[in-house]
Amino acid sequence: MKSSRLLFILPPFLFATILLAANMNSTENPSDDPTSNTHPTESDENFDKMMAVLTHQRCINCHPSDNIPKQGEDSHPHYFGMARGAGNMGFEAINCNACHQSENNDYSGVPGAPEWSLAPESMKWEGLSRTEIAESMLDRARNGGRSPHEVLERLTEHALVLWAWAPGIGASGKPREAPPVPVDEYIEAVKAWFEAGAIIPAE
Amino acid sequence: MKIAFTINGQAQSVDIADGNTPLLWVVRDILHLKGTKYGCGKAACGACTLHVDGEAIRSCSYAVKFAAGKDVTTIEGLGTRENPHPVQQAWMEYVVPQCGYCQPGFIMATAALLEKNPNPTDEDIDNNIVNVCRCATYVRMRKAIHRAAELKQSTSPTTNQ
Repeated sequence: MKSSRLLFILPPFLFATILLAANMNSTENPSDDPTSNTHPTESDENFDKMMAVLTHQRCINCHPSDNIPKQGEDSHPHYFGMARGAGNMGFEAINCNACHQSENNDYSGVPGAPEWSLAPESMKWEGLSRTEIAESMLDRARNGGRSPHEVLERLTEHALVLWAWAPGIGASGKPREAPPVPVDEYIEAVKAWFEAGAIIPAE
Repeated sequence: MKIAFTINGQAQSVDIADGNTPLLWVVRDILHLKGTKYGCGKAACGACTLHVDGEAIRSCSYAVKFAAGKDVTTIEGLGTRENPHPVQQAWMEYVVPQCGYCQPGFIMATAALLEKNPNPTDEDIDNNIVNVCRCATYVRMRKAIHRAAELKQSTSPTTNQ
């Protein structure tokens, strides 16, 4: 008697359980729901690595939102009242190259790299979220008219960007902090992120 | 390594083991031009300011190898006792220096500014002349900079360079 009752109860219960499990499965798998982004994809991991570098002070210090270059690990305003000035290079008689040359200077602790200057005003990244920085970076109106390929080249090949991993010593003689991702890993991640379509994840 | 450049209008060549040696050290210790001063050694105070191809640079933070083939001017080459540069003339008129140590840097920075901006406003002066003077001669310097601009505009450039 009991077993015959179970025969009536179990099938609907099992069906409901299977439906529920299937439904849960579909929401957990981002590939089944393109709008879902609850779990990181490989592209997201590459994005994370890239942004860990681009939001580091070695990059952000020269992408100010207030036209004042920043310095140091604490990103304090550049000493001596330095500001963007004309051409992103400071003022007429005291421009970036009054102190910064194309190489680090270990005698004075002044950093240097080719094309040392502030990023253009359209590339203000300071204070932006990771996604806002990525959007800015891919927007031709703000990125200097660069195609995605040109942005990729800039991010992975330009000496001023790669300087971040060889930032020299500071005025106190201590080495400056490099970004948290090794340079090879960063380059690989940036290339992979662009190859995967440069998808900016939701945050 | 041998590094050749022009300094105060004269061709010069130095033989130096480390091309990264600051230009300041070469100017003072090898070429014995002592007018350019060592202040902080960190490109912060401006006492070591001189001109490379007409641009004011902090010579304590400028590797001598970068001077190769360029035209260097120090305070000794700016003017003469008989024919001072307008900035030097204005400095004398306003008796700007107190201890005087930082003044060559200020004079070189001002001379570079007037080449780019012949009539600087107070704001231009604040933005461009960021050297440090421990005697706080800034008030007299500001007056002297405006006076130098007047003098420079009233004299032929050929008589002062």
